[in-house]
Amino acid sequence: MATVSYVSHAGEETTVEVAPGTSIMRGALNNSVSGIYAECGGETMCATCHVYVDPASADAFPPVGEDEDEMLEATACDRESTSRLSCGLVITEAHDRIVVRMPECQR
Amino acid sequence: MSETAEHVVVVGGGHAGVQTALSLRERGWAGRVTVLSADHEPPYERPPLSKGWLKGAVEDDGLAFRPAATYAEQGIEVRTGVRVERIERTAREVRWAAGSLRYDHLVLALGARPRRLPVTGADLIGVHALHTHSDALALRAALDRARSVVVIGAGFIGLEVAAEARRRGCDVVVVEAGERVMQRALTPLMSSFFADRHRAAGADLAHGVVAAELLGRDGRVTGVRLSDGRRVPADLVVTGIGVEPNCDLAREAGLHCDDGVVVDEHLRTGDPRISAIGDCASFPVDQRRIRLESVQNAVDQARLVAARLTGEPRAYREVPWFWTDQHGGKLQMAGLTADSDTHVVVGSVDDARFTVLCWRAGVFVGGESVNRPGDHITVRRLLADGVPLDPAAAAAPGFELKTHLRHALGAAA
Repeated sequence: MATVSYVSHAGEETTVEVAPGTSIMRGALNNSVSGIYAECGGETMCATCHVYVDPASADAFPPVGEDEDEMLEATACDRESTSRLSCGLVITEAHDRIVVRMPECQR
Repeated sequence: MSETAEHVVVVGGGHAGVQTALSLRERGWAGRVTVLSADHEPPYERPPLSKGWLKGAVEDDGLAFRPAATYAEQGIEVRTGVRVERIERTAREVRWAAGSLRYDHLVLALGARPRRLPVTGADLIGVHALHTHSDALALRAALDRARSVVVIGAGFIGLEVAAEARRRGCDVVVVEAGERVMQRALTPLMSSFFADRHRAAGADLAHGVVAAELLGRDGRVTGVRLSDGRRVPADLVVTGIGVEPNCDLAREAGLHCDDGVVVDEHLRTGDPRISAIGDCASFPVDQRRIRLESVQNAVDQARLVAARLTGEPRAYREVPWFWTDQHGGKLQMAGLTADSDTHVVVGSVDDARFTVLCWRAGVFVGGESVNRPGDHITVRRLLADGVPLDPAAAAAPGFELKTHLRHALGAAA
């Protein structure tokens, strides 16, 4: 289990436990954390699960893939250096605490 | 709140129905919310059934729409195995064999059902359709044993199954009555790109013919006789010839139905206490009516009804989008492109990375992207923001969708 904190655009923090094998996106949906749309259900098709990964957690995940990179260029809220699509951020046994911030909008 | 209904009853446990309940809670709806689902299992995701799940890339427990506990935590009552038989509009009640429930607002998210093949032999063992989780379980088990597969109908579902059957090494014949694959949804150029891809992967595409009869022995399918007389052997036949909206319940309650439950731009039926959304709803777009079978449409319409019931009515104007994945070609469509008349291709068809931009009567109406997800998202944003795009500008060397969007938004700011 990893502890994942979702910080809303307004600054409200929700912290939940997310099991290995589960994505940050799914962790939000499963725990009714709002701010992630995930229209496509996690298939890297829609870019509505955009998050900013806290710099402290920046190295916790594999680098941005080619499709993800293209889609991040067109997200509704501007891409930052820490931008990721959370459907591809899968929790592993190695993770302990992860903090992500949500953009103001997803579409 | 402008509409102070207390109990929202949703009929249908698919994406549209469940999203209605979740969005109501997300928006602070304090009243009771009940979802009545005819399925015997908790609500699940459908797109993976013909995609990742069929390939074995998604586990069964990865299909759940939400963990069961979520519904309880959200105060959403999901009742499975309930097939509503009647709507009593005067009493504001839905009734089924073992019970009934009063509603203040009723949301019909009735979905659709696969069209049955109207020929002899359609009930033989080895003939499958794909719509529900149990259909998918039966189909995957059949694929595990199949050698020769005939797919009837070259739509999205049929071609996704055809691609998976080829990947597993089966002989595959796809039978399509029309002139081209995915004809109802795609431009000719994109149809031809995917037809080539299926042929290159070894599938046989038979156009302009229909199945005249399914042949069998001892109750099990052995082949298909086509309308041109050809006989194609098969130990598995998959039908993907479209769906019919489930509107019997609405029609019997006296609601207007015409290829779907007819609703206005707010997704209300003729009865102000009854809305219809998702695959079953026929809604107005410009000067016509359409019905869309997609998760995007189901979820966006659910959100719109939840917003209206919590006091923020708006007209339905969302940009339709859809995706499919066949033989490594990730196709994403935005807008309604099938009846477009002008096309500009950006990117490289030879490298299987391109977008077909589409206009109808001079208006930019959408795009179809293959392995260009950035283009897809950009097209969606152009359409959502009503950013105009000129075909000549799009055809000019060095044109970039992303830059076009940025300039347009910058100019508007």
